[in-house]
Amino acid sequence: MSNEISKFSDPGLPEHIHRKSDSDPMAEKRAEQQVAILFLISALGTVLTIASYIFIKQGTFVYLPILGDVEASQLFLGLGLTISLIFIGFGAVQWARRLMPDTEVIAERHEFRSEEIDRKEFVETIKERAATAGLGRRSLIKRSLGLALGLIGLTPLVMLRDLGPLPKKALNETSWKSGTRLVTDPGNRPIRPEDLEVGSVAQVLPELPEGTERTLENIGTDAVLLIRLRPTEFNLDAKRLSWTHNGIIAFSKICSHMGCAVALYEQQTKHLLCPCHQSTFDVTRAAKVIFGPAARPLPQLAISVDSQGYLVATQGFTEPIGPSFWERSS
Amino acid sequence: MKKSEKIAGNVANYVDERTGAAKWLKKNLTKVFPDHWSFMLGEICLYSFIILLLSGTFLTFWFDPSQREVIYNGSYAPLSHVTMSASYASTLHISFDVRGGLLMRQIHHWAALIFMAAMIAHLMRIFFTGAFRKPREANWLIGVGLVTLGIVEGFLGYSLPDDLLSGTGIRIAEAILQAIPVVGSYLAFFAFGGQFPGHVFIPRIYTVHVLLLPGIFLALITIHLMLVWYQKHTQYPGPGRTEKNVVGYPLMPVYMAKAGGFFFIVFGVTAFLGAVASINPIWLYGPYTPGQISAGSQPDFYMGWLDGLVRMAPPLETHAFGHTISWNILLPGLIVPGILFTGMALYPFIEAWITGDKREHHLLDRPRNAPNRTAIGAMSLAFILVVLINGGNDIIATHFHLTINGIMWFTRIGIFVIPPLVFVATKRICLSLQRADREIVLHGRETGRLVMLPHGEFIEVHEELSPEKKFTLTQHEQNLPLAVPNTDSLGVRNPQGIKGKLRARMSQANAEQVPAPSESEAKALEGGHH
Repeated sequence: MSNEISKFSDPGLPEHIHRKSDSDPMAEKRAEQQVAILFLISALGTVLTIASYIFIKQGTFVYLPILGDVEASQLFLGLGLTISLIFIGFGAVQWARRLMPDTEVIAERHEFRSEEIDRKEFVETIKERAATAGLGRRSLIKRSLGLALGLIGLTPLVMLRDLGPLPKKALNETSWKSGTRLVTDPGNRPIRPEDLEVGSVAQVLPELPEGTERTLENIGTDAVLLIRLRPTEFNLDAKRLSWTHNGIIAFSKICSHMGCAVALYEQQTKHLLCPCHQSTFDVTRAAKVIFGPAARPLPQLAISVDSQGYLVATQGFTEPIGPSFWERSS
Repeated sequence: MKKSEKIAGNVANYVDERTGAAKWLKKNLTKVFPDHWSFMLGEICLYSFIILLLSGTFLTFWFDPSQREVIYNGSYAPLSHVTMSASYASTLHISFDVRGGLLMRQIHHWAALIFMAAMIAHLMRIFFTGAFRKPREANWLIGVGLVTLGIVEGFLGYSLPDDLLSGTGIRIAEAILQAIPVVGSYLAFFAFGGQFPGHVFIPRIYTVHVLLLPGIFLALITIHLMLVWYQKHTQYPGPGRTEKNVVGYPLMPVYMAKAGGFFFIVFGVTAFLGAVASINPIWLYGPYTPGQISAGSQPDFYMGWLDGLVRMAPPLETHAFGHTISWNILLPGLIVPGILFTGMALYPFIEAWITGDKREHHLLDRPRNAPNRTAIGAMSLAFILVVLINGGNDIIATHFHLTINGIMWFTRIGIFVIPPLVFVATKRICLSLQRADREIVLHGRETGRLVMLPHGEFIEVHEELSPEKKFTLTQHEQNLPLAVPNTDSLGVRNPQGIKGKLRARMSQANAEQVPAPSESEAKALEGGHH
């Protein structure tokens, strides 16, 4: 553009304005005292920290407005630490602002690009050095070195193999089998249908064989929600209806999206909601997804009662529970 | 010679005779650093990192990174005799039975939040002022790497206590791993040593959290700072400041005192937050078990945008040939963040390609003078803000009496509509600000003083700007769009094809600006007025 030449000219650095403390010895003295006071407050802060550590018992509470009851030991330790740190900072900054030279200095910059001759000589050096090693000619060495280095990269990959077992069928399995009793969690007691009122919800787990310890891995695959509705409220096909018992329906509690526990049940609408990503499932329609990112309904567990009147599973889950994975077939 | 001087001299002599450091130090102790509040953002990152190392080391002395089951018998009565993992129990121990333990935990967590927030603010400063341009592209890449690792490090950190909230976060991370096509379930089983949650994940991420990642951080931060040192800091435009110089204060003593003092201030503020502001009260959540969850499960803010993306994803899965691909996880969990971060990393190179600019830049841009870049930055922020809102949709819904569904649909549509609108609006605002600059340079500042002339006319007195101010407002370069030849020397039309056309279009959009006023224009106006 043509106006390039007539740009406003650079007036250069504005003239330096001196501070009061630069010329007035009284002001300088005052600034010095200020800085010293700030550092001394910091020292007091450390005294407060040490005193709080020694003298305030853990578990004593003090009431503070807004914050409510606060644990005194950690509050005063923290305040002491705050004072001791922050006033060193204030002192140093004040020192720099009031007493250290505040004239701006100019330093030159230089282009990073090397001189043409240096660049040329660099290329020549590389070429010459490479030639002495025969890098250009010895392709056999180069290729075999490439192969060796490439293969060595496999070692850490191979060595990490023992991080864990292969998944095999584990993601498809739960502890539920035909005839497994439903037991309360917590409590581990078998339940009868009459234990559940209409409108209520309960978390249950499969009864494990005598002597088996329940692990978190078990809970992570086996957790089931029982919900009792009026049988007329269901909107299910014949097969799924036969999986319910007297209005009691059972779903895997592990979200089909990302595996969180689907814990929020809204009695009015009969919706189950996952608190992680708000996938919403309609209980009356076999946990069909009606909102949110989940792509599949929660797997339904077929239930009935055994000869003693306790709720049991009539078969295991017919599909893998929890989030999707590559090997999952539906 | 005083005694202290003699001792100092002996030490200096000892070191110099062995390293020759005197020459280097002599030069660098007077190194000039420009001063501006926005240059302190990067300092906050560094200082909060140091605070993290110190407070984190303290915590490791008592923390037991193990998923071995123990029965709690510490002094927090509500969880007495509850079965839990050793890592949760030891976190309770630090919080209630180690003096200053809770304070250090809270300082550590606050410092992590400050570290992330400061990195994001620092990144924005670098972006909007164009500090990433040649020769600083490498430092931009390191910065993008640090932010990315910071997110991972933060997530691993708050996962360590193995409480109900963080365990839920780990479960979600496992689901993302598991969703990766072909190798997903293998990766998940290797990471967790078998089925989720297993017994090895916490000890493993502990090593990563306290050793591997801090080591990488330390290395990257060192290179980052060495480059800043070697390439010298950028500076804002102004009188006396050029591409060929750097104006500021010498390292010793002013900059040392200010930067050193600022470290203590940042530490002090973090300690204050740790003392009075409760954060991550894990004892309220209880130990992790996969069958339970707390309502309103929220990650820390730097993960919140990811969670928001996951929440708004469409419920899409592909089932074909006996295999499943979960788009509802892959899209928000890996693909979109991957595109965002790759785009961010490549931005300096894309902009340089569009402008064809191969020169070094040490003078920063005022954001208004780079409307296109500023608009792209604002657009990206708008995107992140919309998904962040969705990440907190449950909390927002309960606080403001809205429905989750309403917020979800607002953000699902908003994610496509709002960022482009923000782009257009920001670009217009930048151009208007340029026009306003032009206005006050040519016509002076409105003083609000009305004067009646002898013949009855009222005028408002305009005050002319100082030469310094005029220079600052007009010094920026005038962008020129790249000329793309329509035909080359042999008569071939549009020799660079679609790529050339695209580049020309983008270059044109990038060069849009209000011409800066020139001295001659000002003179011409002056002649007209008086």
